[in-house]
Amino acid sequence: MTTGLLIVQILNGLQFGILLFLVAAGLTLVFGVMDFINLAHGVQYMLGAYLAVTFVGLTGSFVLGLVLALAAALVFGLALEFLVFRHLYERDHLDQVLATFGLILLLNQGVKMIWGAAPLSVPLPAFLTGNVALMDGILYPTYRFALIGSGLAVGALLWFIVEKTRTGMLLRAGASNAPMVSALGVDIRKLFMIVFAFGTMLAGFAGAMAAPILSVEPGMGDTVLILAFVVIVIGGIGSIRGAFVAALIVGLVDTLGRSFMNDLLRLFMSAPSARATGAALSSMLIYLLMAVVLFVRPEGLLPARGRT
Amino acid sequence: MSSATTTSEVSSVAPPRERAKLLLPAILFLLLALAPLAVTIGMPAGWLALLTRALIFAIAALSLDLILGVGGLVSFGHAAFLGIGAYVTGIMITEGRSEALVILPVILGVCALFGAITGAVCLRTRGVAFIMITLAFGQMVYFLAQALSAYGGDDGLTLYEKSTLLGFNPFANRTSFYYSVLIALAGAYLLVRGFVASRFGRVLRAARENPVRVSVTGFDVTKVRLVAYVISGMLAGLSGFFLANHTEFVSPAFMSWQRSGELIFMAVLGGVGSLHGAIIGAIAYLIAEDALSHLTEHWRVIFGPMIILFVLFTRGGIVGMLRKLGPRHG
Repeated sequence: MTTGLLIVQILNGLQFGILLFLVAAGLTLVFGVMDFINLAHGVQYMLGAYLAVTFVGLTGSFVLGLVLALAAALVFGLALEFLVFRHLYERDHLDQVLATFGLILLLNQGVKMIWGAAPLSVPLPAFLTGNVALMDGILYPTYRFALIGSGLAVGALLWFIVEKTRTGMLLRAGASNAPMVSALGVDIRKLFMIVFAFGTMLAGFAGAMAAPILSVEPGMGDTVLILAFVVIVIGGIGSIRGAFVAALIVGLVDTLGRSFMNDLLRLFMSAPSARATGAALSSMLIYLLMAVVLFVRPEGLLPARGRT
Repeated sequence: MSSATTTSEVSSVAPPRERAKLLLPAILFLLLALAPLAVTIGMPAGWLALLTRALIFAIAALSLDLILGVGGLVSFGHAAFLGIGAYVTGIMITEGRSEALVILPVILGVCALFGAITGAVCLRTRGVAFIMITLAFGQMVYFLAQALSAYGGDDGLTLYEKSTLLGFNPFANRTSFYYSVLIALAGAYLLVRGFVASRFGRVLRAARENPVRVSVTGFDVTKVRLVAYVISGMLAGLSGFFLANHTEFVSPAFMSWQRSGELIFMAVLGGVGSLHGAIIGAIAYLIAEDALSHLTEHWRVIFGPMIILFVLFTRGGIVGMLRKLGPRHG
């Protein structure tokens, strides 16, 4: 294990954590404000990636394709809100889980029918190809730096909106007591729409940004969705700050665990058994982390204020 | 706020004490007992295999209904128990221990242990967090199975023989396998029904409606729920034993989170909290899946919207609809 490798893996972990944060932020907002559990959120991440594939291919420009993909993801998300989600806000969690589960089945298969089952990819934008030299001999792709940077920028924007604007204030009020906000004359339906649209955009953005570095395939949203759940639970449901911190922790623990667990176990067991145990342990690591966090703090690391 | 939402999360179909509740299960089990006759009078033989599979999932859906419908706890990781049961079966048969009376106690023990440990963590949370955590534990077992490279890893494990029972081979013959599963299902049904009717079950139901009041009355709500969770997990492990013997193959896909979602849908499709509803739901689900998948390989495009429409427009599941059709009771 060299320092260079460690730095590269830490950056990879950060980048993974930022992606998770973009997905988890929308999920935790929708849950915190609307008390609505949306399993289809991962599908919106997947759609963002597929739309990026199509629009980048059509326009030949990454930035233009990204913008169009985001717009299309937003329109699709709003259509879903109008057709399905809107009728579920008043229902219990079981109905929400089932209906959005049905949506996942439909959309995963629909994507397979439209784009095919084979993994697709998006070419790296020309101005972000190449590498940055971290120290002598250690290179890191520019695009991944751009991803980390844009994720942090979106995080900062989100922080500004939630903490400093009127909409953000209503949002926070809605998260701690939605009926009261409604009683004070705020159009809660409109607020829900805004929150939902925003969450959808974030997930779509994460998917589109991930498209050049991950393979775009049906079901890619499911894994991310479950990891986003872990992030939300660790961070505290409804808390954006919690989601940010937890996403980085999960990203780092998962990436570093997968890279170094094997070497770590080699210190006190034989090579073959270290490889077997390492593979099992590193994919279970974040779930163990979640179990420990829950055992110590059932409400999560940084619970949203006003929720019990 | 969150405790109030949890309590009303799952409402049962019917009040527990109703004479009509005996009629429907009795008809159901009678029909199931007679079903193999249909093959002798001309139904295709594959039909019995499908029905056997349906009954295996009925055991799992029934066990889920105990915590989901009766206890009001939406577990999204129930397939983990099914997978554990299947994997224990697969591994023990591979290692040359195919006697069911040896395998079953191990399954029940492992499932009880896993249920007790994860349940103790999960039950610290409520509502949506509970859903997410059970889901995450399910994923944990899924990845563990994927990493079991000695037993097939991601590709799964093929079984070259079935379990034996006291040296006999009741699972090798299609009809006797069907009846073995049916007997297990009937046993599980009676057990869960007795459990629900007992004092313990009443506390579990009361805790679904109002956990605060129940705990103030002096009951340990978490302990009651944990016992229900463990029993439910053990029964799901039992269905895993039959599933492994039925497919003669086990793979991590047995405990994918989609499978947990399907189990929830089976319980809800039949009507949550009624127990026999879960059995009807599982049978209806597997027959629908089979019919649709013969129709097109993209059957999920039809099935997904069906689930959504079902959730949006029906209440009480199939059992609820049957009750509306039948004569009114008292």
